[in-house]
Formats: sequence, C-alpha cells, structure tokens
Amino acid sequence: MRLSTALRNAGLVVLCVAFGQALAGQSAPPAQAVPADDSIPSAQLMLPEQLVPLLGKTGADKPLVLQVGPHVFYAEAHPPGAEYGGAGNQESGLQALRDRVKSLPHDRFVVLYCGCCPWKKCPNVHPAYQQLASLGFHNVKVLYIADNFGKDWVAKGYPVEKGR
Amino acid sequence: MGSGRRHRAIPRSFFLFAIGMAVVPALGARPSPGADARTPAAPRSAPDFSRASLDHREIRLSAYRGKVVLLNFWATWCEPCVAEMPRFAQWQRKYGPRGLRILGVSMDDDEAPVRRAYRKYGLNYPVVMGDEKLGELYGGVLGLPMTFLIDGSGRIRFQHEGATDPDLIEREMRALLPRP
Repeated sequence: MRLSTALRNAGLVVLCVAFGQALAGQSAPPAQAVPADDSIPSAQLMLPEQLVPLLGKTGADKPLVLQVGPHVFYAEAHPPGAEYGGAGNQESGLQALRDRVKSLPHDRFVVLYCGCCPWKKCPNVHPAYQQLASLGFHNVKVLYIADNFGKDWVAKGYPVEKGR
Repeated sequence: MGSGRRHRAIPRSFFLFAIGMAVVPALGARPSPGADARTPAAPRSAPDFSRASLDHREIRLSAYRGKVVLLNFWATWCEPCVAEMPRFAQWQRKYGPRGLRILGVSMDDDEAPVRRAYRKYGLNYPVVMGDEKLGELYGGVLGLPMTFLIDGSGRIRFQHEGATDPDLIEREMRALLPRP
C-alpha cells in the first residue's frame, strides 16, 4: 500500500517536472536567433557558430573577416585570421576600411564584426556595413553578436588569436 | 476508506504539482540579458598595475590598499558606461570620506575623446588609459562596462559586466566600507 502510494507520488513528481520543464523551455529565450534589423538585412547576418567552420576554408569560401570596433578589443582577442578594419563609428576608421577593400572585387566574401557592446548598442557595425554596401560590395555578412565578443565568442570556446 | 484516501491524495497531488511548477522553471531562470555578475566564489587578489592618469599622475592600484576601490573599465562609445558615470562621481563625493576610491580605466583607442568625456561629465576621480594587457590581466575585458569592487585588503569581492543596477553596486560597495 505504502509502496504503491510512493510509486504514484514519484510518478506524479516526474510528470510535474517534465511539464514544468516544458513550460520553462517555452518561457526561456530561444537559442540565439538572428534578429530583424533596420539597416542590415536579416539575410546578411551571420551567427558565430556559422562563422567558425568558415575560418578553416580556403579560396573563395574563406571570408575576409574584419573587426570594425575598438582596436584594443581586437588586440585582446579575435578570430584567427581576422584583420583590424577600423572603428566604424569614426571617419578615420571608415577610411581605413575603404583602404582595405579598395583593391578587392565587389563579390568578395567579407564578414564584419564588432562585439564591443550589445547588438542594439553597437555604434560600429552598421556604419561599416553601410560603407561597404555603398561601395558596391554585395557579398558582405555581419556577425550577429548579441552581447559582446567575450560572452558570445571567447566564452563559448571558439578559436581566438591575440595581438595587433 | 477508499474515498478518504482519494480526498487526501488530491491535495497531495496539487502539492506535488505546485512543487514541480514552481521549482523547475525557477531552476531554468536566467539573468537579464546584458548584465552579468561574475562575483568570484573566493575573493582573489586584484592584479596590480600602474598607469599614468589623464592629468599625468602615476596611479598604482596597490597604493590604494586600505581603501575600497571601485575599478571601472569603460569607453566613451559605450552607452551604459557613460550612463553610470555621473553616479560614480556622486559616490566619490559621498563615500570618499569613508574610504572609497573610484578608478576609471578607459578602453578607448585614443585619449582625446576620453579627455572630452572627463570634462563633460565632471569626473572627480582618476582615469587611466587601458590596453589589451590590462584587459587580459583582469581576465579579458571584452564587454563594457566592467566593474570590480576591491576591498581594503586588495581582494576582488564583486564583479559586474554589462549594464548593472547601480543600486546593487552601491549596496555592495557600502557593505565593504567601514560604518560612518
């Protein structure tokens, strides 16, 4: 009698836990998703986990990865092979970006990223993307970094290099 | 008798259901995005460093031993950083006599905008220019603002990354300061 009651209660707990987990899963934010953006088309956004496998590619599949945020952050950590492209919120940074891409064909696969701040607060990626778009580059992706490069790249164990 | 057991079982079922409903979502609760408290489980020593302040004074962290230090990594292009700076200046005035010392580390690439911000926000505490070495010394400063509360023994007691409720930082800071 006591055993059956215990089994029934245990079953109830399991059911409740499963139901609770299902509800918790519904209320928690979904796994990182690419958001709609005012100035960068969704199709041009890329998640960190999508960039990682491209870093090892060769030829046309390998993107030119440009960090368009603070140089100090670039020096602290950046994806292997990424170059510093100049801060997108400064005219001097945009000039450095123009200089870097001036000899490239307009179909060159370029990935821009910053990660200095939460996505909506980032002052760099939008002007940098607009700059390349205005120059006629049409194969440009922007890395969607929800919070910052530390949390959304380094802390996830994705590969990094250091140095200027 | 059977009916009696059923009556007891119903409230127990609800009780168990309530536990499942209350506990499991709470286990899955997440902090608000953007803010991250990385307070160390065991306080560790704050790495010492020396830098020149904007007014060309040598600032060495270890010279503040005996004081409570609010070490704030920030940058002029960081909105949440700039938003909390007037509060820091206010705290320096209010809690300075009790032993608070605020120290700003700018992660800007250039000094000129930092000097402008220093004047614009009427900062009353020293600001030094940071770099990647200083960032790495503090475990990687790759998101701003990042604030460390260091006790009088030079140990990091609280750490916050991202926009953080200033009332929380103030409570933590007051807990480290000697009573008036």
